[in-house]
This record gives sequence, structure tokens and C-alpha cells, in this order.
Amino acid sequence: MSRVLVGVKRVIDYAVKIRVKPDHSGVVTDGVKHSMNPFCEIAVEEAVKLKEKKFIKEVVAVSCGPTQVTETIRTALAMGCDRGIHVEVSGKDYEAMGPLQIAKIFAALAKKEEASLVILGKQAIDDDCNQTGQMTAALLDWPQGTFASEVTIDGEKVKVVREIDGGLETIKISMPAVLTADLRLNTPRYATLPNIMKAKKKKIANMKPADLGVDMVSRVEVLRVDEPPTRLAGVKVETVDDLVAKLKANGTI
Amino acid sequence: MDSDGGKGGIPSHILRRHCKRSRLSKKLFTSEDHFSTVLKNRFKFDTNLQIAAHGLSDEQKEFQKMAFDFAAHEMSPHMAEWDEKEIFPVETMRKAAQLGFGGIYVQPEVGGSGLSRLDTSVIFEALSTGCVSTTAYISIHNMCNWMIDTFGNTEQREKFCPELCTMDKFASYCLTEPGSGSDAASLLTTAKLEGDHYILNGSKAFISGGGDTDVYIVMCRTGGKGPKGISCVVVEKDTPGLSFGKKEKKVGWNSQPTRAVILEDCHVPVTNRLGQEGQGFNIAMRGLNGGRINIASCSLGAAHACVQLARDHLLVRKQFGEALSNNQFLQFKLAEMATKLVASRLLLREAAVALQESRSDAVSLCSMAKLFVTDECFNICNQALQMHGGYGYLKDYAVQQFVRDIRVHQILEGTNEVMRMIIARSLLSESG
Repeated sequence: MSRVLVGVKRVIDYAVKIRVKPDHSGVVTDGVKHSMNPFCEIAVEEAVKLKEKKFIKEVVAVSCGPTQVTETIRTALAMGCDRGIHVEVSGKDYEAMGPLQIAKIFAALAKKEEASLVILGKQAIDDDCNQTGQMTAALLDWPQGTFASEVTIDGEKVKVVREIDGGLETIKISMPAVLTADLRLNTPRYATLPNIMKAKKKKIANMKPADLGVDMVSRVEVLRVDEPPTRLAGVKVETVDDLVAKLKANGTI
Repeated sequence: MDSDGGKGGIPSHILRRHCKRSRLSKKLFTSEDHFSTVLKNRFKFDTNLQIAAHGLSDEQKEFQKMAFDFAAHEMSPHMAEWDEKEIFPVETMRKAAQLGFGGIYVQPEVGGSGLSRLDTSVIFEALSTGCVSTTAYISIHNMCNWMIDTFGNTEQREKFCPELCTMDKFASYCLTEPGSGSDAASLLTTAKLEGDHYILNGSKAFISGGGDTDVYIVMCRTGGKGPKGISCVVVEKDTPGLSFGKKEKKVGWNSQPTRAVILEDCHVPVTNRLGQEGQGFNIAMRGLNGGRINIASCSLGAAHACVQLARDHLLVRKQFGEALSNNQFLQFKLAEMATKLVASRLLLREAAVALQESRSDAVSLCSMAKLFVTDECFNICNQALQMHGGYGYLKDYAVQQFVRDIRVHQILEGTNEVMRMIIARSLLSESG
């Protein structure tokens, strides 16, 4: 019936204290604990749920990066994905990799695998871009259901309840489509011991961006990375008049 | 937000950021209480995972990661409450069983996960960081499940193991009596054969889960004195003649009830006997070899957590104008704690592998591991408490619960004195 591609990103674990590299070129990643992006976990869970409800036949987990990302793909396999694709990107290309390059890769894979749905996390917790899903849909000229907090398949269409600033918006889009998972879409399952063992036997295919005809050249250059400025202590005032005076002196009002 | 079998614990800083959006989301998360419930006492102890994961296979690392996640999300937030209110967390343990933790080294054809002793040790070590007492009970349950799986016949395995693996039923291990602890082979509970039933008379002491569990593995005397007269029978809850003493009040292990198990003319079908008559003591001891690895693994997890708690405290607490972490004595103490932790872990994992491979030195190694690891890890946790100063003594801080919970590991499953007996006997009997 149909196949779903799920993107999973290997990011620094949310519990780790991030430190900026001494040369301010980025954050320290060596020897730091990494895990699957929490929104990607939600995306995987949704895809596996759709498969369990028999709306889709196969879930393919995809990740882009160096060899280490296969750990993340294995976790997705242990959660119930059928097979994985590791798009190998390393070195300078990996450091410069951003939403546009990933979107191009996913668009190419979606066509190659004849996917009916591409489900991604709404954003990654390391760069907070919130662009990959939208760009992928644009490159494919597919409809998009982003910030999904509820997904229902209705024949050839998908009903998506989206979390937006004003509340919730319900849309109906045709497949094939791109969805991005928001926080309340579901609660990701733990991999069970038997599934972790089964995951070992599942296949992870290996390929390079060039095999998909994607050029990894980045149009973005990171100049400098700094920690946010230390928060200064506040000032206490006695009366409202004092407050107004201070705000005026400050130039705020 | 909270689980129907999943994680539910998206960290609060991510929750806050993504809730800024809509007024509706604000409605869903109005109270700070929600955030505080998610974060309160929720420790994720796996940032030092690199060390704990050394030498493990990719698969073992996945087990470990999953167990740490489960401990952090499902156990850690409740550990203090379970201790204070003496709650036996049946629902949480059943969630754990759904993931395969009910019969970790039990065979898959009766519902187990079929993993190795090393896999098991890694898993219990990780789970312990969430709650030692609950993990220790889960390990006892696993031990009983394995005993039936290994020594039971097909009918017994098919009758008991599947429900133990799912934790639809819970198990207890009944060897110790008021008059026989270390001298276990001198136990007095009798089992007289009458037709197709044994009539059991006697009492067992300090039984973990006693009164709240469903399946009791009871070591009893069917023959003459000493170990060769002991058999092992499975007594099911609600069997007439099976009753329980009062719930004991303990220093730790409060998330599992401990009671005396009383047998008064308790009729148990002969078909519930595991193995042969006279094989019971051997079955009990073989169960304990694995049990010792498991208990030591629980101590290890507690020590792992405490080293991290101590480290975090030293970085934050200031005295004499600087953080405690600048104090050389404390730095050295922390280094010693970490060193002993790693040494303990290596000995324990080696013993687990030896047991898995049925090596000739397995029994000795398991005893050495239990002795060394439970002693060293208690010292580590105790030292961590000391480093917390007065705060270490408050129940608001988890370190005291780790100390109280693992203290008993030096006593049960064979006291550390008995461990020395076993090791000495093995050394002195070696030829040459």
C-alpha cells in the first residue's frame, strides 16, 4: 500500500550542558552524549502507529551524517521502523549541513522510494531551524501539515490538526504529503528488549548525497558562536513612580 | 501528557519553549505544577554513560540507554514517594515487564527475553538509578522466574513463566527462616508427602514481596538433615494454610513489602515441585548465583547515581568563597569514589560473563563480585552523602535513599561474611 519516510537526527542529548568551543567555531561535540532529537522520536512513533493501524505498509528511517548516526537509525528500528537509510555526510560537509541540504536529500529519497508520506520532527533541538519539513514539501511541490498534534488518514487524504499561535487549525491535505511532528502528537514508546534484538537484523542501506544527485554546498557560513550573555541582576524599586522614572531614564518609555 | 506506555517526559525547557506559541497550549500547561512534576526528582544519570558503556556491544548499549530512560522517566520521579508511603509500584513494574524486564534471562518460548547475565547486569544497573528498592524486587522476581524456567518441567514452565514474564503475577523467593539465615541448609520447614500432595509446615522470614505476590518458591525439607534433604516447591497464593506475618518496617527497600510467610498444613500438589526431591538446595543456590550478580548490579547503579549527585553538588555548593569542587580533599575523595566504581563494575561484569559461560570459577567470582561491589558501592554512596553536608541527611535529597536502600545488599542473598566463606572454601580446596 504505502511507504513512509521518517527523518531522524542525531543531536546532543537534551540533558547535557552545552559548552562553546574555545575558538568559538561551534559547540563541543567530542565525547558528548548524543541521542535522537525528541521531535524525531515523536515522528517515528507516529509512523509506527500508522503502520500498526495498517494505514501504511513500511516505515523507512533516514538519517544524514557520519557513521555515528547509524546508532540513531538503530534506535528508530528498535521502535518499530522496518529498515533504515544512512546518507553518509562527513567532515566539512557535515559541519556545514543545514535544512536546505537535508530537504534536498529527503526530496530525492521520497521520489526514489515512492513514499506517500514524509514525517519529520518539527525542528531539531540543536539548531531550532524549523525549516526542513517546509523546504522538503516545497521542493517536492507536496502539501505540508506542519506542527501536527493529530494525524488521521482518510482514504487518499490526511487530516492534520495543527498547533498554531491562535489555537488549533484543522486541515485536510492530499497524499503524498510532508508532515512535521509537534510535541503533543503522541508519547514515544520505549523500545522493548525483543525489538532491540530484532532491530539488529533489520537492514540499513548506505548511500552518499551524490548518489541522489544532491550537492551539499552550503550558502550559509557560521561566523561565530557565543554563549548567551550572563543574565544581569535586576534592580528593585520602592514605588511605582520610581519604576516609571527608571524606565524613562533607561529610554524604554 | 503522561504515559500510556511511553516516555511522557519531554524536558521542561523544551516544553516551555514550544508552549510559548498558542494561548491554547498555555491553557494545557497553565500550572507550574506540571513542569515541576516532570522535572521534580527526575535525574537522568546517563551523561557519564561513556564510561558505563565501555566494552558493551551496540545492542547492550541500546538496552542500557532504554533502561536509563525508563529509570529517569518512570521511576526516578516517584522513588521518594514510594519510599515514604511504602508503595509497591505494581503498575510501573508491569510497564517494565511490557518492555521485557519481567524475565530478562528467561527463555523466549515461555515469554522471556532470552538475554545474557551481562545484559541483565547492565539493565539492572541502569534501572537502579531510578529506584534501587523497586529494581531489587524486579531482580528477585526475575530470579524466581528463571528458577522455574530452568528447573521446572514443561507443564510448570508453561503454567507459571508467561504470567511472571508479563508480571501479571509476581514471585517471591522463600529460603530464610527465623532459625536459619546464613546456615540456610539447616532450615526446618517440613514437607510431608501424603498421596499426591506435600503438607508444608513452617515459617519463612524476611520474604520480599511476601503477602503481595502470587507465586512463592519455597525451599522445604522432604528428606533428612542437611542440604540433600531439601526440595523446592512452588506455592500459589490463596492456597489454604498459607498466611503472612505483619509487614516489616525497614530502613530502606520500602517500595517492596517484607513479611514472614507462614505455612500451616499447607497442601501443595507434588506436581508443583521443581526438579527432584533433594535437589532443592542446589536449585536455591544456583538461583542465588545470578541473584548476587543482580543485587550487586543494583548497588552499582546506586553508586553511579551518587557519584554524579556528589559531583553536581560539589560544583554548586560554595564555602570559604569558592565552590567545593576546588577543595583538593574533596577532589581526591571523588576520584577515589569514581575509581572504586569502575573497578566494581569491571569485576561484576566479569562475574556475569563467567556465570553465563558456566565457567568453573563462576560461583567464586559471583561471590567475590557480590562482596566487593556491595561493600564498595555502599561506601561510595555513604561518602556522597557526607559530601552533601547537612543536606545529605534530608529526605529532600535522593542521596540518603540510595544509602538506605543499598545498605541491605551487604546482608541479603548471602551475607558478605558468607561470601568470604564461599571464596575461602574454593581457594582452600584447590589442588596445588
